[in-house]
Amino acid sequence: MSSKATRRHLLAGLGAGAALASPLRRLAAGERLKAGWVYVGPIGDHGWTYRHDVGRREVEAALGERVETTYVEKVAEGPDAERVLRQLAASGHAIIFATSFGFMNSVIRVAKQFPQVKFEHATGYKTAPNVAVYNARFHEGRTVIGTIAGHMTKSGIVGYVASFPIPEVVMGINAFMLAMRRVRPDAVAKVVWVNSWYDPGKEADAAKALIDQGADIITQHTDSAAPLQVAEERGAWAFGQASDMSRFAPRAHLTAIIDNWGPYYIQRVQAVLDGSWKSHAIWWGLREGMVKIGPYNPRLPEEVREAAERVRQGIIDGSIHPFAGPIRDQQGRLRVPEGKALADEEILRMDWYVEGVQT
Amino acid sequence: MRIGLEPRIERSAAVALLAPVVAVLLTLLAGAILFALLGHAPGAALYAFFISPIDSRYGLGELGVKAAPLVLIALGLAFGFRAGVWNIGAEGQFTLGAICGGGIALFLPDVGAPWLFPLMLLAGVLGGMLWAAIPALLKARFEVNEILTSLMLSYVALLLLSTLVHGPWKDPEGFGFPQSRLFPEAATAPLVLAGTRLHLGALVALLAVPVAWVVERRALGAFGARVAGLAPAAARYAGFRRPRVIWAAMLISGGLAGLAGVFEVAGPIGQLVPRISPGYGFTAIIVAFLGRLHPAGVLLAGLVVALSYIGAENAQIEAGLPQAVGGVFQGMLLFFLLGCEVFARYRLRVYPARRRA
Amino acid sequence: MDPLTAVLASIIAAATPLLLAAAGELVVERSGVLNLGVEGMMLTGAIAAFATATTSGNPHLGILAAALAGALLALLFGLLTLTLLANQVASGLALTIFGVGLSSLLGAGFVGVPGERLPRLDIPGLSAWPLVGPVLFRHDILVYLGLLLPPGLALFLRRTRAGRILRACGENADAAHALGHPVIRVRYLALLFGGATSGLAGAFLSLSYTPLWIEEMTAGRGWIALALVVFASWSPWRLLLGAWLFGGVTILELHAQGLGLVAVPAQVLSMLPYLATIAVLLVIARSGRLRAPACLGRPFHPPV
Repeated sequence: MSSKATRRHLLAGLGAGAALASPLRRLAAGERLKAGWVYVGPIGDHGWTYRHDVGRREVEAALGERVETTYVEKVAEGPDAERVLRQLAASGHAIIFATSFGFMNSVIRVAKQFPQVKFEHATGYKTAPNVAVYNARFHEGRTVIGTIAGHMTKSGIVGYVASFPIPEVVMGINAFMLAMRRVRPDAVAKVVWVNSWYDPGKEADAAKALIDQGADIITQHTDSAAPLQVAEERGAWAFGQASDMSRFAPRAHLTAIIDNWGPYYIQRVQAVLDGSWKSHAIWWGLREGMVKIGPYNPRLPEEVREAAERVRQGIIDGSIHPFAGPIRDQQGRLRVPEGKALADEEILRMDWYVEGVQT
Repeated sequence: MRIGLEPRIERSAAVALLAPVVAVLLTLLAGAILFALLGHAPGAALYAFFISPIDSRYGLGELGVKAAPLVLIALGLAFGFRAGVWNIGAEGQFTLGAICGGGIALFLPDVGAPWLFPLMLLAGVLGGMLWAAIPALLKARFEVNEILTSLMLSYVALLLLSTLVHGPWKDPEGFGFPQSRLFPEAATAPLVLAGTRLHLGALVALLAVPVAWVVERRALGAFGARVAGLAPAAARYAGFRRPRVIWAAMLISGGLAGLAGVFEVAGPIGQLVPRISPGYGFTAIIVAFLGRLHPAGVLLAGLVVALSYIGAENAQIEAGLPQAVGGVFQGMLLFFLLGCEVFARYRLRVYPARRRA
Repeated sequence: MDPLTAVLASIIAAATPLLLAAAGELVVERSGVLNLGVEGMMLTGAIAAFATATTSGNPHLGILAAALAGALLALLFGLLTLTLLANQVASGLALTIFGVGLSSLLGAGFVGVPGERLPRLDIPGLSAWPLVGPVLFRHDILVYLGLLLPPGLALFLRRTRAGRILRACGENADAAHALGHPVIRVRYLALLFGGATSGLAGAFLSLSYTPLWIEEMTAGRGWIALALVVFASWSPWRLLLGAWLFGGVTILELHAQGLGLVAVPAQVLSMLPYLATIAVLLVIARSGRLRAPACLGRPFHPPV
């Protein structure tokens, strides 16, 4: 069943009441560094949290003799998160990964109290000397699958099963649409918001509704494989989210955007072991391997696969920019002229949709 | 030979105090077996669950932070349940309280410092009352069942909060994430214990307990809520009007839930975000019943339930106990507490075999 | 299938878990017991079904496992509330917590495993009828069960002796006992039935609707089912109406988003099923009586 990390340790004086941890001392021979992960959802979401846990297990596999990992699931954002972060910090964890935006203010507060502990906050924007921020350019993945969608669609309508209108989702929709329209200029994306990160039943309902309304490609920014199952049954194409989901829809699954946190986690834990850890704010994508494209479906025509690979390589070597102009918004206004591209800050603040997105 | 339960003529105080102790012991035993079966060290797990959360000043403060909203909401619910008014929508009233109180903090920050916070609290109470007034009206005027309406409105309240923080109340400097601006300093709940996060809301919850007890003894008599809950027809004959009881029960529980809501966003959270409650409104229902609908009981039950949640988190960190096992263990604890309680009200009797006629 | 037929068929399917769970809970509540643990029983049923079906390769075994799992949890609840006379509301909520945790524990090894979908059973002849055919008669066995339960229960409660005894236990347990009816046993049986159907509701989700396992995949449907029992004012026919209304508005809200029909934020659209339920309830309330079984939630202690 579930893998068991060796995360047992005896409690030393947790009840000291002192807010400051002792300076990071040299680990005794044989003693392992403790690394902690805070998850907002269950590993059983088979999506966001699941992939972070895969990353954690990769750390164990790579550094298991020197590192011991802990994880806490289903930590609600808010007061609970702060308590858990503090508990991890106070119980001797040298580095803590907080894997949800909503943990941000709690991370900053606890980091102030524990200056010797390193904190890594996913998808946030506040840093500190002991708080690093990390994020993944999932939208680069969307550009690749958008290209595939443009080639594979007949109806020109893509059904987008979306969760919440947060920046990451918005930029994903836009990147997808821009890429699709480069191949199929009249393409349209119908977006349905299910107001949840994982609710397989509702995701399936959304996918069915979209297919009923003419979509022949389904893509999603929700965690479960339910939309893929609907696509498989109804004869539409679909893409996997966060991990390779081809076994759920062998015929329909064209490829997937894969969250690949392991190498980053290994690198950062190693940095703590070496003493070289420094705060940063990184946003990595296809080039650094934080985002990967899954294996292509054998049924994908050769020229489509080549087109997708060209886009993928282009993003990696910098010759293709996911948000290169000209870009018009839903009202037809030119937001980015030809020859220019959106800068990172502009992408992060995107709260408008490109032409063709119907939401 | 049969074994049966016979009602006690008088509730035995000794057993009433002993029953929870026995329940906890049984839970420890069952839990130890469960943990051992799953391959975890029982001792470490139980210690992580019950002892280590509270063996420090910070830990006790955290217990208060977690228990405060539970106790505050449960006090109001207990009042209502005694009156036979089933407010299942405390979660929604909590949310509305947070929205209204938070709204004051966001849009009237220029109100002078001493007045801002009390104004927020007032807004929170009124917000919760407003949301509870809807099911109250529907029940009192149209006899629409309040279980359904209050529950449905909980979902609506959460969606309303989501709409606000995704849209009009979104922090313009927040990189497009669904969150409001952080509340100004004057709008944050003051801390009451240095070195912890224990805030004024916990103190208010604590003080609300004796207040609720007094109110119940005196004003309740006037409203006849207790009587009304037990036998509506009798209450009507005795002159206590049912609609008044419904309104009182809903408004009080709604107001308290709203107060808990504004304390939560003004205290530990510090802003409005889409998720402000891990289900306090529903957990408070358990707390109310575990506390036998009595204010002092509610306080104790709130602390126990809060401890079980914190303990489950702790057990993940210190003993590597999966969150799911923590949930199962929590359920078991509640089962034992509820089951053992029967012996305070009933005695075990052995009856000799009866001949069948 | 044309869009209208497709939408109607979706609504029938979406209403099924609500119908199954609510029908069982209706029986339970008519007998005088309030079991709030539906969400927990549903989830445990879902994982029991999924685990059994995936391991054995036979989805029908999964259905049996789900019914059994739900019934076992209901039995636990019965021991607490009928024998030990514990408070029913708190016990039900504890059962939910327990059931959610249990399902999560059992399901850990099944995350990311594709499931076996229940086979579709087209009713010969009827499924060829225009409109009604594809909407009602081209589903799997659990959908049919969901459609048959409300009329079946209406018959049972009104026209059979057993049904009348059940209702008596819910309306006036003391009188029923005085007449010689085994109140506690009736309530146990009702609980077992309710547990089984809640388990089946979960099985439908993990075997048919979305054949996979994800934690908390019932996503609050158990609570909606509880609300529907109240909405139906404990009458089986109105349960059909409520389930179709709720399922219908949920599906239509998604369609409305897809069509770009309404210019309001998506969250406001998502409020519609809940507001619609309140509105319809108000309309019903003004017309007829809405009364819970008189003994609902009160422990029964047989005088010795």
